[in-house]
Amino acid sequence: MSTLPHHVDSIRSALTDAADAGRRFLRTAAADVCLRDLVEATSLGGRAAEFAGRSVLVATRTQLAAALALVELDGLARRIVVCTPDLTPDHRAEIFAKAEVDEVVSEQDVRPLEPRTPSAGPRVETEWILLTSGTTGVPKMIVHTLASLTPVRSPEDGEVVWGTFYDIRRYGGLQILLRTLLGRGSFVMSDTGEATGAYLLRLGAAGATHVSGTPSHWRRVLMTPESRAIAPRYIRLSGEIADQGILNALHTAYPRAAVSHAFASTEAGLGFEVDDGLEGFPAHLVGGSGDVQLRVRDGSLRIRSSRNAAGRLADTSPLVDDEGFVDTGDAVERRGDRYYFLGRLSGTINVGGLKIHPEEVEATINRHPAVRMSMVRSKKSRITGALVTADVVLKREAGSGAHDDALTDLHREILALCREHLAPHKIPGILRFVSALDIAGAGKLARRA
Amino acid sequence: MSLKAVVVSQIREIAEEDARSLPPLTDDLVLLDSGLDSLAIAILVARLEETLGFDPFTESDEVAYPVTLGDFIAFYEHAAASRGLDPQRAH
Repeated sequence: MSTLPHHVDSIRSALTDAADAGRRFLRTAAADVCLRDLVEATSLGGRAAEFAGRSVLVATRTQLAAALALVELDGLARRIVVCTPDLTPDHRAEIFAKAEVDEVVSEQDVRPLEPRTPSAGPRVETEWILLTSGTTGVPKMIVHTLASLTPVRSPEDGEVVWGTFYDIRRYGGLQILLRTLLGRGSFVMSDTGEATGAYLLRLGAAGATHVSGTPSHWRRVLMTPESRAIAPRYIRLSGEIADQGILNALHTAYPRAAVSHAFASTEAGLGFEVDDGLEGFPAHLVGGSGDVQLRVRDGSLRIRSSRNAAGRLADTSPLVDDEGFVDTGDAVERRGDRYYFLGRLSGTINVGGLKIHPEEVEATINRHPAVRMSMVRSKKSRITGALVTADVVLKREAGSGAHDDALTDLHREILALCREHLAPHKIPGILRFVSALDIAGAGKLARRA
Repeated sequence: MSLKAVVVSQIREIAEEDARSLPPLTDDLVLLDSGLDSLAIAILVARLEETLGFDPFTESDEVAYPVTLGDFIAFYEHAAASRGLDPQRAH
């Protein structure tokens, strides 16, 4: 079992203590920031003092600006709300109110580093708010501290250069940023809109040793000619079910690398890592004691650890059960001495690590005047993990006896409606007209296939 | 229609739905450079399964992910041949 790192007060205090910070860096295509400079300089100019004790929303365009702001604000602000890059203006307003935001850091607020005078004010334990998708489309605000976000210390020796296909404003990417800042090594970040091939070339040039992403990110890497540009020692998958196909393909493509798949979620925190090269996880992990405890109840994986989130902001429903376990909502099934992931109990669809609530897509489809009802389901994909599909029942006057041409037009109109209101990964890849939908016992749609 | 023609026509349809323009669809075109992202390729694979009745990506745990359009078509042709189907008369 890995050991937990010693307690750190703030990101900056960890960097102050790091003797090798002068040789470590955060790098993008455009910039190279030495970690020592993050201690001795400021990216917020004279404004840093304005954020002391406040609730600050970090909504920058680039990942680097977000990273610099997070270093600056941790230990200074009362609360940091980390905006994901896809946050819509409507949701932003709601988050603003619920998180009692006083200040916003946007791209133009983050400036070239300049010398700073260390603040004399007291360091606070900053509350970190991460966003994760909610049923109605409004993100849930998950409360963490630096301690609960602190990754397990990696037992690695030698030079470490991290890369990740995640955005650092999502849990999976933030873990890599914090592994770098609180642990060891350097980090080469992707740029907004950067092509996978271009990022791989930069990772290769920087000698990346540790690279993380979702199984879907890695499938995209293997479909990119530049996949040969990197030669990592360690490959990490998380955020989606890692199937045997992608694990085998990575072993073949990167024979020198240890390939590990991890279970982690914004609410449950880091659960466990599996490094035997097989899908699923060993049954002996369940029911044990230790830093991270796993249980399976009602077919759902539950986790209790110091990495669990502290709660949800502006939400009274409890995060943990009566025994202090977070219900991950991930359905698992035991076969022999292993557990295997089956998907989400709620029917949530995970497309390449992005969560989709079927209800949101159904509500959009049902806006079309010719639609009586619809059911959105997950279809397994070996490219993106899953895909959104929709079965649509038309109103009698629209559906019965309609010509093929009329149906083709309706098909096009419904998809156009989806495109207008939904993010690309939420748009059904397959939309079928059916005469009826399966209704389960409780009168709910029988969503699970 | 040949299997290749089925694949090409599905690619064109998906690109059209999304109002994306496509480069010339040659065998050495890198799939992810074709204007289709991985989500669009996942949709392509799912629709081909509806048309052809099989998905070669799910047939084995030993999958080599295709890089070019030629790789992708060859992958399907190989899967069709292993089922005793004629790749020249896929649909």
